[in-house]
Amino acid sequence: MINFVSFIPKAVVQGIPLLYGSTGEIITQKSGNLNLGIPGVMYVGAISGVIGAFNFEQAVKSYEAAHAAGGADAFLTYGVPVLSVLIPMLSCLLGSLLMGLLYCFLTVTLRANQNVTGLAMTTFGVGFGNFFGASLIKLSGADVPSIALTTTSKYFSVKLPIAETTGWFGKIFLSYGPLAYLSIIVAIAAALIIKKTRMGLHLRAVGESPATADSAGINVTLYKYGATCIGCMIAGLGGLYYVMDYATGVWSNDAFGDRGWLAIALVIFTIWKPDMSIFASILFGGLYILYLFLPINIDHMEYQQLYKMIPYVVTLVVLVITSIRNKRENQPPASLGLPYFREER
Amino acid sequence: MANTTPAVQMKNISKHFGRVIANSNVNLELYRGEILALLGENGSGKTTLMNMLCGLYFPDEGEILIDGKPATIASPKDSFSYGIGMVHQHFKLIDVLSAAENIVLGLDEKLDIKKSSAKIKEICDKYGFDVDPAQKIYDMSVSQKQTVEIVKVLYRGADILILDEPTAVLTPQETEKLFAVLRKMKEDNKAIIIITHKMHEVESLSDRVAVLRKGKYIGDMRTADTNAAEMTDMMVGRKVVLNIIRPEPVNPQPRILVNGLTVKSEDGITKLNNVSFTIRSGEILGIAGISGCGQKELLEAIAGLQVVESGSIEYVDDKGKREQLLGKDPKQIRDMGVSLSFVPEDRLGMGLVANMDLADNMMLRSYENGRGPFTDRKAPKKLAQSVVKDLEVVTPGINTPVRSLSGGNVQKILVGREIASAPKVLLTAYAVRGLDINASYTIYDLINEQKKAGVAVVYVGEDLDVLMELSDRILVLCGGEVSGVLDGRTADRNEVGLLMTKVGGNSDGKN
Repeated sequence: MINFVSFIPKAVVQGIPLLYGSTGEIITQKSGNLNLGIPGVMYVGAISGVIGAFNFEQAVKSYEAAHAAGGADAFLTYGVPVLSVLIPMLSCLLGSLLMGLLYCFLTVTLRANQNVTGLAMTTFGVGFGNFFGASLIKLSGADVPSIALTTTSKYFSVKLPIAETTGWFGKIFLSYGPLAYLSIIVAIAAALIIKKTRMGLHLRAVGESPATADSAGINVTLYKYGATCIGCMIAGLGGLYYVMDYATGVWSNDAFGDRGWLAIALVIFTIWKPDMSIFASILFGGLYILYLFLPINIDHMEYQQLYKMIPYVVTLVVLVITSIRNKRENQPPASLGLPYFREER
Repeated sequence: MANTTPAVQMKNISKHFGRVIANSNVNLELYRGEILALLGENGSGKTTLMNMLCGLYFPDEGEILIDGKPATIASPKDSFSYGIGMVHQHFKLIDVLSAAENIVLGLDEKLDIKKSSAKIKEICDKYGFDVDPAQKIYDMSVSQKQTVEIVKVLYRGADILILDEPTAVLTPQETEKLFAVLRKMKEDNKAIIIITHKMHEVESLSDRVAVLRKGKYIGDMRTADTNAAEMTDMMVGRKVVLNIIRPEPVNPQPRILVNGLTVKSEDGITKLNNVSFTIRSGEILGIAGISGCGQKELLEAIAGLQVVESGSIEYVDDKGKREQLLGKDPKQIRDMGVSLSFVPEDRLGMGLVANMDLADNMMLRSYENGRGPFTDRKAPKKLAQSVVKDLEVVTPGINTPVRSLSGGNVQKILVGREIASAPKVLLTAYAVRGLDINASYTIYDLINEQKKAGVAVVYVGEDLDVLMELSDRILVLCGGEVSGVLDGRTADRNEVGLLMTKVGGNSDGKN
């Protein structure tokens, strides 16, 4: 029997990167951009954060060496904790933003095919990450193929002190790092903005029918750029969370796996609703690691792959069901994947 | 006219799309308190000109003055600020949003659906519209959607209204209602431009007409001083005879026997109930009925596109041999010489592939006539060239995607291709939908030629007057049942109208 008190927190930490990825992709898709580059964007987000953290840690080391004598240094006590969070985060956001801008420039301004652009960006992003990952590993001179960012990552995985004392409740609800809670706030905020605000209404209009939005006076290009870039930045945070909190600051090439594709599957699974994605991503996270909690004979390691397949199968089932029910509100944005050019006839 | 400064003045406007000249040196004036009808053949640049007023296109050359002051309209937002609102031919509405959401879309005011709904109700009460602000667009009929479009324009406070073929998809009753609203707006001192192809609408509604031909401004005149023939001549640029000939059918023989045909829709609703009739060679059978009464299903059943519940459809060849059509696939039926040219509401929905060029679209009927794995590309190319030449299709060339042609030209290609296959039976539905008057008459002539050649023609059309002028026999459908079969030469408009709304008409004396 599965032990839920230990299973659920594991499912949650698996789910958080997916939640970031799917929230970002939902916002992007609502603008009519089908960004299949999300796995690459998350990868770039992660490595950008790592580059920032690595350089900062090197700087802190040389600072410590220079000021070895001083005991209580203001920079070490106050500056380092703040910058440890800020620098990786800002580097991560910058890296993902550049990816978003690249995607928009190609698909919105130059009207390139979205699928091809997205897939190319995934390939590019993974290659980019592995290139700089390997370079950093070489720079750090480690004898294992990974780098450990202990100084900065500990600030990403701080937990509420009461998590230890409140038993199962603390374990299930309070035992996560700050980025985990941020992801839930972001998802709820995104859901509210899409559903309730004027900006959200305009965004949906752009994704449904850019020609209509345009004739209603909405700046289609601005909304497409804005939604895609913000979406990419949110997705990039998923990569950062994965390295800094889940993997406790240890970067090794290709460790991120197929989480980016799961995030895209989640968009369909949640029928384009970020608030649904909070539960759905935890469910997916749980399915992703379910095999660890089931008794699998060492002779039958192939079962592990079958279990890992479950999220995709579930997504297919949801896709089929929503197609059969054919409720208009549950369909993808009507102009998803299509370029828009005002003067085309 | 009380005000002598035009509300809108367009001076020497030119617009090009690549090598295609859509407008060249157009001058147009519109005054407050008048309805101006903008006339022109398909592809004469009416919609392009109007799109420059509403900010979707920007003129390459020329100047626009609003109330006498020069105006730069670079975006739809600019156009709203000048009080210009346009109801497009293809509605600019978002299906999954409600009426109220669509109406406030793009506005800078705070999103408050309740407040907006109240304002929408106010506008509706003023002009006698009926809009439920919470209703989703996909639940609406075409005429409801159009009402939402008009309310949307009024909500933005527009006092210069442009309507692009607003009546193309409306029933006569809905059209009358719309015109009443437009007249009321005119009394409100609003300036209105309407684009339409229907001459009787121009005559009954407009104060002035302006005519475009091939992107050029031809002239304008008071509606009261002109007539349909003169306006048509101006549009076309030469004398046009507006008479439909109806040659006597030569030796009509039964070609298709429909017996007890019953068709149900996917949801189990009966679309056709026990329908029996005969289609004869050398004759035009007109099918009349209000929209949705089963014409579409009937034609599709004959063409093999519709699942049939019960009944039989038999094809009779020249020697009198009968063959059952039910159970054959559409291709087999087509090979027997039964051709369907169906022009759906969006024109490109059925029959043509928008992104393929003219020649490739011709090939959709002949792709199997090649040697081995290769298709024969020469014949379709020739066919495309001859259709372009014979039907006067306006296109840069036969390698242009169909998508970029104007609606009327698309229709000519579709009908031209079907006729070129030398069918024994020609089923046409809405063949002139959205076509200008000259193109419509070209199509009528084409259909008549087929009839003279001994083809059995089934004609489904929206314009009852034309249907009655063209058909030898008229089959009236009502709610999926045969309401009556009349002789086209002696049928009376009222009689047909009654049969359309009630099975058997009014003959039983009751209402």
